[in-house]
Amino acid sequence: MDTIHACFKEKIGEVLLPGDVFSFRLPESGDGSIKSEKIICGPGLRRNGEEVRVCKSGILRHKQPNMYWIDSQQRRYVPAKGESVIGIVTTKSGDVFKVDVGGSEQASLSYLAFEGATKRNRPNVQVGDLVYGQFTIANKDMEPELVCIDSCGRANGMGVFGADGLLFKVSLGLVRRLLAPQSEIIKDLEKIFPFELVVGMNGRVWVKAKTVQQTLIVTNLLETSENMTSQQRQTLFKRVAEGSL
Amino acid sequence: MRDTPLSNCERLFLLKAIEQKKRLDGRETYDYRNIKISFGSDYGCCSVELGKTRVFCQVSCELVPPKDSRPTEGIMFFNLELSPMASPAFEPNRQSELLVTLNRQLERCLRNSKCIDTESLCVVSGEKVWQIRVDVHVLNHDGNLMDAASIAAISALSHFRRPDVAIQGRDVTVFSPEERDPIPLSIYHMPICVSFAFFLQGSYLLVDPCEREERVKDGLLVIAMNKHREICSIQSSGGIMLLKDQVLRCSKIASVKVSEITELINKALENDRKIRKEGGKFGFAESMPKERITTLKRDEVPVEMTDVKETANDIVNSTETTTEAVPSPVLVGMGTAQIGEGIVNSWALEEDEEDESQTEDRKTDEVMLISDSEEEEVVILHEEAQKSTNTSGEK
Repeated sequence: MDTIHACFKEKIGEVLLPGDVFSFRLPESGDGSIKSEKIICGPGLRRNGEEVRVCKSGILRHKQPNMYWIDSQQRRYVPAKGESVIGIVTTKSGDVFKVDVGGSEQASLSYLAFEGATKRNRPNVQVGDLVYGQFTIANKDMEPELVCIDSCGRANGMGVFGADGLLFKVSLGLVRRLLAPQSEIIKDLEKIFPFELVVGMNGRVWVKAKTVQQTLIVTNLLETSENMTSQQRQTLFKRVAEGSL
Repeated sequence: MRDTPLSNCERLFLLKAIEQKKRLDGRETYDYRNIKISFGSDYGCCSVELGKTRVFCQVSCELVPPKDSRPTEGIMFFNLELSPMASPAFEPNRQSELLVTLNRQLERCLRNSKCIDTESLCVVSGEKVWQIRVDVHVLNHDGNLMDAASIAAISALSHFRRPDVAIQGRDVTVFSPEERDPIPLSIYHMPICVSFAFFLQGSYLLVDPCEREERVKDGLLVIAMNKHREICSIQSSGGIMLLKDQVLRCSKIASVKVSEITELINKALENDRKIRKEGGKFGFAESMPKERITTLKRDEVPVEMTDVKETANDIVNSTETTTEAVPSPVLVGMGTAQIGEGIVNSWALEEDEEDESQTEDRKTDEVMLISDSEEEEVVILHEEAQKSTNTSGEK
């Protein structure tokens, strides 16, 4: 039904508060055929029988063809399945590592969930190391589980990393902006000097540049670019680029 | 809640940065973060921000019997609390080592240095003395709690005013702030703690460590000093070996920092005093900046204007006339006036019908007992108000 899309369309780009409801009434089936449409409700929207409720305050966004979600500002991370995060290994107990991902519970990571790991060939993971992994299980009823391989058994960039470099925390909104396909922030930063960057969806970012000074500069630039418009950010980056050359 | 653990790479990076004399926020080795001192509307209420570390202090006083061993001296009581909102590592009602250390250091700094004249707090020797109680609450932990707590405590003590007392023989009269102006405490000097964090077996030191730097430190040296270059207390923790000239160098740095901070405290106290004297607005609501993000911004929206005039006229004509203005107040007695008439009590709805006949019969001569209180008489102010209160009396 176009009614569903129309209901949402008028609110795209508006600020919605928790408790706002979109209700759809199916029209009387005069002609007998009801077209069923699929709408994907992203974070912040929840289906409640015949209606869709807003459960986070933020702006309604839309992505073609049928995805809607609420864009909200938040720093506290809640684990969700399929998201890639940076974790810190806290304990090694038997066959399982306990990893802190910034949520309410520590996630568990099996030692077999690394590329090329077998019972004889254990991965080299110490307490305090950084790991980049994906959630296979993440819901509110169970302890979350991380793995560092994808479904084919390849590492695909995941695993232990970061012998050097600096880890810091930003808000989840900034992390999503950094991970967007054509991120302007990353493009502007690249022009200043080369660096390595790992972005976890739990708000943790790891940066490494050639010298300590450059790493600190990148860290501070990323932390401040959260609350700046793109205009201000570009002028700031330009000033830094001229200063460092 | 658990605190996030420190990863190995962060630790290595911080130590490497310190070796190259670089700090995370770009400060120099001996630089303090921005200190902001603000006072509340009550005397003795002070909030200190050291970078992102926030500490709040309140001073209060009470008349108590003195200690047996010192009958002519007042009592000072210090209490520091780590609120769970300051850091996920702080749990409520848990006696942690950090809490004990901070409390002990604060006491040593302020009590043993005798910065407050306790003899002046005596009211009746052996019977009544003032007990000054200093409560420090940590609101946000971003490193260096000790310095922030000591600045907050001494600022609050300097800001505090105790009530004036008059003694006639054995009778003590305490005047309220409206009757007589309260008196400030007599403070001899302002001891302030300065913290030095040592890294890599004492080879590198940093002044005013932030929270991440504190996590990788080897040892801590806290020097409490006043602006006259008198050391009030020194404490070294962490078990590192310090050389004599290192300690001397730290004390020289501390004296420079303490004089800067004392100037800042005096300026803040002076500003507050001036504003209070001029009668301007004081307190936290005025000193905290209004940080607002402008909320919704809409583009221009087209508005339908075709038959605006007709609909407007319709609306104006169809509304009822407004109610009359409120009548002017009726002076009932000294200091009592009544505006308008009270509305009928709508609580005891079932008994209303029974009561209506009775209230008409009763004369308004006698004084009606309204409540079950054991006081003798309840005087009713006005006749009309009495009718409405009658229904409540029937319950």
